Amino acid sequence: MKPLRDAGLSALVALGLFGVMIGLKTDAGPHSLVLRARPWAVAAAVAAVFFGRLAMLYWRQWRPAGTPSPRHVAATLSRIGRYAAPLLLAFAITLPLYAGRYWLDLGVLVLTYVMLGWGLNIVVGLAGLLDLGYVAFYAVGAYSYALLAQTFDLGFWTCLPLAGLLAALWGVMLGFPVLRLRGDYLAIVTLAFGEIIRIVLLNWVSLTGGPNGLSGIPRPTLFGLKFNGGGGPGSFADFFGLEPSISQRVVYLYFVILGLALLTNWVSLRLRRLPLGRAWEALREDEVACRSLGINVTVTKLTAFAIGAAFGGFAGAFFATRQAFISPESFTFIESAVVLAIVVLGGLGSQLGTALAALVMIGGAEVFRDLQEYRMLIFGLALVVVMVVRPRGLVSGRTPSVALGGRRHIGADMMSEGHG
Amino acid sequence: MAYALQQLINGVTLGMIYGLIAVGYTMVYGIIGMINFAHGDIFMVGAFLSLIALTGLAALGISSVPLALAITLVFAAGLAALYGWTVERVAYRPLRGSFRLAPLISAIGMSIVLQNFVQVSQGARVKPMAALIPGGMPLMRDGTFTVQLSWMQIAIVITTLVMLAAFTWLVTRTPLGRAMRACEQDLKMAGLLGIDTDRTISLTFVIGAALAAVAGLLFLLYYGVIDFFIGFVAGVKAFTAAVLGGIGSLPGAVLGGLAIGLIETFWSAYFSVQYKDVASFSILVLVLIFMPTGILGRADVEKV
Amino acid sequence: MAPLLAVRDLTMRFGGLTAVDALSFEAREGEITAVIGPNGAGKTTVFNCITGFYRPTSGSLALARGGGFALERMPGHLIARRARVARTFQNIRLFAGMTVLENLMVAQHNMLMPNVARGLLAVFGLGGHAKLERAAIEKARLWLDAIGLTARADDPAGALPYGAQRRLEIARAMCTDPVLLCLDEPAAGLNPRESDELSNLLRQIRSGMAGLPGCSILLIEHDMGVVMRISDHIVVLDHGRKISDGTPDQVSHDPKVIAAYLGEGDEDEIPAEAQA
Repeated sequence: MKPLRDAGLSALVALGLFGVMIGLKTDAGPHSLVLRARPWAVAAAVAAVFFGRLAMLYWRQWRPAGTPSPRHVAATLSRIGRYAAPLLLAFAITLPLYAGRYWLDLGVLVLTYVMLGWGLNIVVGLAGLLDLGYVAFYAVGAYSYALLAQTFDLGFWTCLPLAGLLAALWGVMLGFPVLRLRGDYLAIVTLAFGEIIRIVLLNWVSLTGGPNGLSGIPRPTLFGLKFNGGGGPGSFADFFGLEPSISQRVVYLYFVILGLALLTNWVSLRLRRLPLGRAWEALREDEVACRSLGINVTVTKLTAFAIGAAFGGFAGAFFATRQAFISPESFTFIESAVVLAIVVLGGLGSQLGTALAALVMIGGAEVFRDLQEYRMLIFGLALVVVMVVRPRGLVSGRTPSVALGGRRHIGADMMSEGHG
Repeated sequence: MAYALQQLINGVTLGMIYGLIAVGYTMVYGIIGMINFAHGDIFMVGAFLSLIALTGLAALGISSVPLALAITLVFAAGLAALYGWTVERVAYRPLRGSFRLAPLISAIGMSIVLQNFVQVSQGARVKPMAALIPGGMPLMRDGTFTVQLSWMQIAIVITTLVMLAAFTWLVTRTPLGRAMRACEQDLKMAGLLGIDTDRTISLTFVIGAALAAVAGLLFLLYYGVIDFFIGFVAGVKAFTAAVLGGIGSLPGAVLGGLAIGLIETFWSAYFSVQYKDVASFSILVLVLIFMPTGILGRADVEKV
Repeated sequence: MAPLLAVRDLTMRFGGLTAVDALSFEAREGEITAVIGPNGAGKTTVFNCITGFYRPTSGSLALARGGGFALERMPGHLIARRARVARTFQNIRLFAGMTVLENLMVAQHNMLMPNVARGLLAVFGLGGHAKLERAAIEKARLWLDAIGLTARADDPAGALPYGAQRRLEIARAMCTDPVLLCLDEPAAGLNPRESDELSNLLRQIRSGMAGLPGCSILLIEHDMGVVMRISDHIVVLDHGRKISDGTPDQVSHDPKVIAAYLGEGDEDEIPAEAQA
């Protein structure tokens, strides 16, 4: 009988929470606001909580006795990972062969977040620096490309490194003053930086177009060949004698972002096995010990900020060229939160986990697109639930960067999550 | 001169509201060392609950403003406290003692949930409300400019001071307050000494949420418009106030709130309204970099 | 022997508390110098000043290596990198989630990556990184043999038993090629057999072993067995001041040291101080 009583109590709390907020809706009346009662909506919400809680309690009771331990799950996942990564890569490369325009567009979106996740993973996952303003670098990259391209008439591939470089510069500039801060303080300062940049973009109308943003941003070319729907001389379709089609551009964009994401992945994996990446991880484990070993903590943190920011900048430039239009609305705090959630949900430091998390979250959000305003509600709930169920993320732990014998997986319970 | 005085009055009023929210941040940070990211949204929920209550009371024909406000205050604070309790119970308690980033992500998730819950249930539109306490008294005349001290501002300041006095009494004079202070010093030790730490933490969230709801009511009365997004910016500013005052310190939170309110008001009046949030955020950055312990905070010597 | 580290009038105050008061002593090259004293005597504070974690209120810390270094003015990481003073910590600070080998590799960071540009070039396989990495692994292997942890090289450091963690922390510090190794209570929590092993290891470090250069040692320790067995020179602190200084034999017979440790003569001393 205990589950019933427990669920009853939950329902009572839900009645308290929902009774007023859902039950009485404020609507604009003739003179002032009027209230509209919605008893059935409340009843539905309370019933959902009651049965949800009941189901959860029974599931806990009847769950099979041999529940695998978290360590076992992690080990299994990392074993699966060895096969999942190549499969996922093969799937990503061959997607344009059989997927239509809608799926490719979704693929581009997911890959953008995969790239952002991998970029932020350098800062948060490896170096253990909590950054809630990552979107700032995404914005710097996007606006850098848009402004450079429009002012100096430069192409995408010329601007891309510049956008990354500028973002890295901003990473160093923003990173330098906050290096001494730890944990949550660092998070809140980076959040403030992100917001400052957004507000400046919003109000510096002469440069950024303010809330109207910048439009007509040039599309990327392939060795000078344009991808426009109409074809014509100098276009990709004309050069190869193909029927001009907008989907050629989508496929091209898809491969551009796939390449950029893989570049991010390759650099991250490579750095992890080099002194710099090892120093980042050591920094995450124990900053004081790093200092005692002669490691320049300032420089090490700044490189993490700069390299993470550079990849954010690349992704931003890609975003600008893909959309052909950018405005401050695309660079709100929620974007930073989503990318950070991808990194944490994937499992800090895990490349595969980040990719899977981006696929699940961005793809999942797309599935719920028809629910419109409920979409973010579900997204938020999912964040809470996933954190409560798997606080260490999907693929946790790490593989040693160097070994005398075989590299054995290290469980997340051993690792520190960083203090800075 | 008169213009500056007017800004001073406005700034203090706004600062009182920030201070009330900041108390919630500072208490929670003091006890479990995490930024309760959803706290700003509890404030927003409090404002909406107040709006619903005031609208409902008007529809029921209760025309006495003081009575309506008193009922609303108790109602909104009580229900918001339930929200605070639920947030802690659902999103934070299962993660206590776990990996440090998990509660932060879960808190961000809760913040998103609350914002979108209110958006879904009450609509995305801005909600206006007619001024309940109109009028005021002219303080000083300087040419064509009259310094006004509105009754509303007086009400806000008095309410805040009463709330803070009651709260200070609670923390310093009651067994619950002693338990809270013990948990703040050392959570594990407090637990070993027989303090029910889970209950104490829950009550901290409950009290913080109730104060935030009062701030929500005052915000609604002062500005006359709210929407589901007001929690984010107000939350960041209140957190700035808590840090500026020295996190963990209650008088510090109020002092910090006043400072942020004044800075924001004067910045808007003399420089630029568009960049007023930049001013607050920049203060946050500067304070954290140059005096991370805040005005009244304790120094934290790094143990090696 | 020439003094390697000369501490002159070192004073460290925290607010109103004077943790170290006008302390002067020397650590000579090729010797093991022990700093002992009751709890709260200011030993760890002295270490933190020497290794740059605290900036002393006044006084000087001169390290005689090359052109000489004024440690009191150097940032912490340069003390390890340029002046070559390495340290361990009272509460072990290993990179617990990294393997034993990785811990030793991180210690060789500055050798492996002299600057950021070289570090980034290595991403593309440039800058001769592979050769440096092989040399670093070789050195790590020598130290793993020396501390008997070769078999556990690929285990996370956090999974090692306590005594092995202590040894690993010492080996990690030694991988930075120090001229002075500062050990903060290395024998704390060790059983008698492990303490003996530690004593041997420290003697080997002082004189140098196969393929590995020797290094002077500055040691804080409460285990008097270890201190008396291996120290060449002992400095005794109490309440932030030096009360005795000499060979193990001299110090162990010094009445002031005995008083400080056994609490004798406290009643006599307090009025004496009050009069002064």
